[in-house]
Amino acid sequence: MSDDPQTGPSRRAFLRHSALAGAGLVAGASVARAADPDPLITEVQPWASAFGDPVDATPYGMPIEFESHVVRRNVEWLTESTASSINFTPIHALEGTITPQGCAFERHHSGAIELSKPDYRLMINGLVETPLVFTYEDLTRFPRHVLTAFCECAANGGMEWGGAQLEGCQFTQGMIHNMEYTGVMLRDLLAEAGVKPEGKWIYAEGADASSNGRSMPLEKALDDVMVAFFANGEALRKEHGYPVRLVVPGFEGNMWIKWLRRIGVYDQAVESREETSKYTDLMPDGRARKWTWIMDAKSVITSPSPQAPIRHGAGPLVITGLAWSGLGKVTAVDVSIDGGNTWVPARLSGEVKAKALTRFHFDLNWDGSEMFLMSRCTDETGYVQPTKDALRAIRGVNNVYHNNAIQTWWVKPDGEVENVEIA
Amino acid sequence: MSRSRDLLLASVAAACLAGPALADKLGLGRPALPEEVAAWDLAVLPDGTGLPEGSGDVLTGEEVFAEKCATCHGEFAEGLDAWPVLAGGAGTLTDARPVKTIGSYWPHLSTVFDYVHRSMPFGSAQTVTTDETYAIAAFLLYSNGLVEDDFELSKENFTTVTLPNADGFYPDDRAQSEYPLFTVQPCMESCRSAPPQVTKRAIELNVTPEDPDGRPAGSLPLVTAAAPAAPAEASSAPPAAGADQALVAAGEKVFKVCSACHRLGEGAKNSTGPVLNGVIGRTAGTGEGFKYSKPMAEKGAAGLVWDAATIDAYLADPKGYIPKNKMSFAGLKKPEDRAAVIAYLATFGG
Repeated sequence: MSDDPQTGPSRRAFLRHSALAGAGLVAGASVARAADPDPLITEVQPWASAFGDPVDATPYGMPIEFESHVVRRNVEWLTESTASSINFTPIHALEGTITPQGCAFERHHSGAIELSKPDYRLMINGLVETPLVFTYEDLTRFPRHVLTAFCECAANGGMEWGGAQLEGCQFTQGMIHNMEYTGVMLRDLLAEAGVKPEGKWIYAEGADASSNGRSMPLEKALDDVMVAFFANGEALRKEHGYPVRLVVPGFEGNMWIKWLRRIGVYDQAVESREETSKYTDLMPDGRARKWTWIMDAKSVITSPSPQAPIRHGAGPLVITGLAWSGLGKVTAVDVSIDGGNTWVPARLSGEVKAKALTRFHFDLNWDGSEMFLMSRCTDETGYVQPTKDALRAIRGVNNVYHNNAIQTWWVKPDGEVENVEIA
Repeated sequence: MSRSRDLLLASVAAACLAGPALADKLGLGRPALPEEVAAWDLAVLPDGTGLPEGSGDVLTGEEVFAEKCATCHGEFAEGLDAWPVLAGGAGTLTDARPVKTIGSYWPHLSTVFDYVHRSMPFGSAQTVTTDETYAIAAFLLYSNGLVEDDFELSKENFTTVTLPNADGFYPDDRAQSEYPLFTVQPCMESCRSAPPQVTKRAIELNVTPEDPDGRPAGSLPLVTAAAPAAPAEASSAPPAAGADQALVAAGEKVFKVCSACHRLGEGAKNSTGPVLNGVIGRTAGTGEGFKYSKPMAEKGAAGLVWDAATIDAYLADPKGYIPKNKMSFAGLKKPEDRAAVIAYLATFGG
């Protein structure tokens, strides 16, 4: 008897479903008692008898078909062309802290290019003793380092300034990923070229047609900026800058130049398009903040959320989410189920790393009533994630970037979840 | 293990660990040649650093802009569809919907030159010459009402131009203006004076991508029962008889590049470029309701009909095949990409 979940529920599956639903109704939050023996247990299943895939079936694997909903998604109306656009990490469906490369959000300004290692060159020029050209192989010979960092687009949550707009944390907070990088420190490459005393800024630019470039102070470049070629243990994926990208911990994602081809050393900021026309934050008085590089502390509950409703009814419920800060480590995450009247500390699960995603969990015995779910994080500087109203009071609603406000999810008694704002 | 071997290992380890001191160089890489630096370091800075020799005037800029930029930005830099608006917007920065243009928002003219020269046109970057870039910048100053129509911009007078919003920016001040407000002991209990009231609901805007069942796209499937029936495959137009399915599929992928400007399929309308339903067999420059460039219309009048061979030749070198036509696209270099996209186009009749 076939019971292929991909072709629809068979009669047996239907019965099984009814039995479980019935048991759930009767038992409520207490231990469910099965009405009939579960055929998944009492009958020998095909997978328990026949072969699975042989070792030569999948030289490099993709997630199993049942996880096909866990993909990057874009919002068509956001941009005129998908070659200069953004998609979103399915954070509602992920756990832990490391984002798989294959579903980590992409932002590029002229498409993800194909650049091979033999064709790769990195130039360092400008205010240096010796302008240099490195091949990919040259880079692999510098001392290697490993670090984990979140990369968040400055515009993450940008569509939410005016009010709740998109249904799901993939769309409202999903311009973020967190990977473990291996590469060489930019400071070591700069030392090789010898920065002249008048060099105060570096400008990093990519090899793609947008030649996206950003300036940053030399102090940051000499601190923790990495020229990376591995992510999560394997080569960078094309869309993440293969073969070489810049990793700029704590700073906005636009500065993490992909397909890195040139580091220029200057005595001033280049003031490129990406740091003047874009990625500057318009304030209510009509002036704009520039050089707003740091991503402030932020958190979001990833489940339950609009794309991850509660389907099991009242009783034990795992509330899970992510927290991060561009200024260091997350020290606390508080969760509220009543719209911010009462806050209770959540558990920080696993190792907490500076400028990297932190997973938090909050275990609740849900009584099945309406909730206004919120999370609020604090970082090691003592900064507490603000409300959207607090941010709007300073920045208005045309700021576009750096929305790190507390998110509210409205959980209904039926377990459905909405993105809302509350007063 | 003998004592002497221990000593040997220890001394080797010490030597290795010492390595080169921080200031020492590893001798990796090679000096960059002046020609290489000139080719890659095109950045132009606010004080004029990096500006190449050259000049261009408003009227030349108008012509170049019409040819290379207007398909997206409009003849008057007003921005078509959702492409960026480059002119106007003065005095709107405090409005509910600010219009951020070169004239209203950008602080430096150097950014205009730098960006146009290095990164534009979209899809054909680095095809604007130095003089053309000066001319485009001059035209954009004119479009914003900042210079007269006889103005010529050059390396020499470049830094004398100040954009209106030059003083509109200040360095990040969050550390002073925000951090003190947000670095306080957070409230843990009785933080609200009244129960929460919903004031905004995303669901009412209805702008989120949806799954076939109407839920927000990517909603997690049920895990407690057998998965529901897989959603029906998205229906696509049936391929024309004899069409190579794999080639058509490959063409659909290639077309993603084209879809920045061209629409295809049922209900498709003209966009930045003409709708391409039924393009095969169509006389060039005759798609209904699309405003073609003069060279394209002339080609059609001269008898150019789009078939596999002519589209192939056009896509191989758009600007070479029809000079000064307004499709701002470098072309498809790989013959197999062109064959694939032509096979794909053939599946969309008029």
